[in-house]
Amino acid sequence: MSTTAPSPAGSIRERVLGWLDDRLGLEALGAMARKKEVPVHRHTFWYYLGGMTLFLFVVQVGTGILLLFYYRPSAAEAYESVQFLMTEVKFGWLIRSIHAWAANLLIFTLYLHMLSVLLLRAYRPPREATWMTGMVLLGLALGFGFTGYLLPWNKLAYFATRVGTQIVGSVPVVGSFLLKLLRGGEDVTGATLTRFYAIHAALLPALLGALLGVHLYLVQKHGMSVPAGVEARGGARGKRPFLPNFLLRDLVGWLAALAIVAALAAYFPAELGEKADPFASAPAGIRPEWYFMFLFQTLKLLPAHILGIEGEVVGTLGSALAAAFLFLMPFIDRRRKHGETNPVITTIGIGIIAYMIVLTYLGYTASVTQ
Amino acid sequence: MSADETGGQRLYAVSRARDDSGRAGGGRAGSGGSRRRFLNWLLGTGAGAVAAAVIYPVLRYLNPPEIRESTTSQVTLSVRTDDIPPNSGQIFKFGNRPGIILRTPDGELRAFTAICTHLACIVQYRDDLSHIWCACHNGHYDLRGQNIKGPPPRPLTAYTVVVQDDKIIVSKEA
Repeated sequence: MSTTAPSPAGSIRERVLGWLDDRLGLEALGAMARKKEVPVHRHTFWYYLGGMTLFLFVVQVGTGILLLFYYRPSAAEAYESVQFLMTEVKFGWLIRSIHAWAANLLIFTLYLHMLSVLLLRAYRPPREATWMTGMVLLGLALGFGFTGYLLPWNKLAYFATRVGTQIVGSVPVVGSFLLKLLRGGEDVTGATLTRFYAIHAALLPALLGALLGVHLYLVQKHGMSVPAGVEARGGARGKRPFLPNFLLRDLVGWLAALAIVAALAAYFPAELGEKADPFASAPAGIRPEWYFMFLFQTLKLLPAHILGIEGEVVGTLGSALAAAFLFLMPFIDRRRKHGETNPVITTIGIGIIAYMIVLTYLGYTASVTQ
Repeated sequence: MSADETGGQRLYAVSRARDDSGRAGGGRAGSGGSRRRFLNWLLGTGAGAVAAAVIYPVLRYLNPPEIRESTTSQVTLSVRTDDIPPNSGQIFKFGNRPGIILRTPDGELRAFTAICTHLACIVQYRDDLSHIWCACHNGHYDLRGQNIKGPPPRPLTAYTVVVQDDKIIVSKEA
């Protein structure tokens, strides 16, 4: 604020910075960044997961934009355009494989980020809104995964979308309206593909960008949460400046993540499979991406009718209830506000994790044909 | 910066004062309060109307136009009777929906809708089990289309199969 008239003696760099500062208020941003600190204690590691997810999201935006240069969103051309990208375009296979692998890794770090915040109870006041925006961001990320999966228009994607949208259709009252809204008609067709394309490449990025801004603002506003357990043992060992100490550690992690994604993309490039055929049977061994596996396995295990209600309706409502429970956690877990332990919440949290892991394991190992 | 703030605060204070005196004084000043209420109401309903005028067409736009249900009630399959040996089945087009035609181990031809009643995957014939199976969530149907195992809640709708010469004609039950 004080650097109004740059002295004529200043270097060009100083004068340009001074000019920009007068108009953009860079100094205020710099002061904010210098003020930011990260508490150091035995759970500090978990603070890296949010930044890691953010980095992977940036990778997704970059590779996603590159994919748009070749992708053609129609039932007649989508599969062929991805095939062309994978076989003819220089490094096309790499861009698409990184997009697919980084998506998986992003969901993984997002799950870990959510679970660490849940188990360390970082959602305690005043961070309820941070938690809730984070939960909606998780939902949007899963929406990205679901809509992006269809875009190559292969068999697996076709049936995954048939099933996924049919699940939405089983929601009482508004289900059939939502089903048509998502599919662009009664069936999964080219109309569904253009809708998913619009949602994946325009609607979700806009929503996620806005909400991510709120989430990051809230993180800056409230600072990092110190777990109650650490507070009880006398608080954090100390504080580490975010700039540059924590950010440099962040960068090491991001570089490692980039290396992992690149290696995975190089050794296990994304597959394309067969083109979708609306008049072919679902192939045996069909299954969704791993992050939907526990839901998928739940649907397989639910009987046709539970207390007179169709099994998948029970499954849908059950999942919605679990999601609502997690979303409202800061208001359900009231005792924690005063730093008391809450074994019930811990048990439920661990129960949810155990359920997801066991059902995912079953999804990969249970015989698909019996 | 600070001059602006005090200016703004003063303005705010003046308007508050007017409001207060209006409420306290009644009479003419009271009509000022109702004028404010009226203007707020006008602003609110105006904003609401604009929002509705935007949201309604968008919702209608997103809801796809009705495509008439396929009126197909009968199809002649491209496959011949010899193409379907006993204990096998295949998918055929019934209008714009998939159907499954199968020959039982006893040699009888039967046809059903191929859309699983659970979550709308397309079913297939399992020759090792000699019945209909859905790969998506492991649903099983017997040779009459009855759901016998797994999550499907309802049987598959059966079609009528007629063989004329070598041709297979499938039709919806009347």
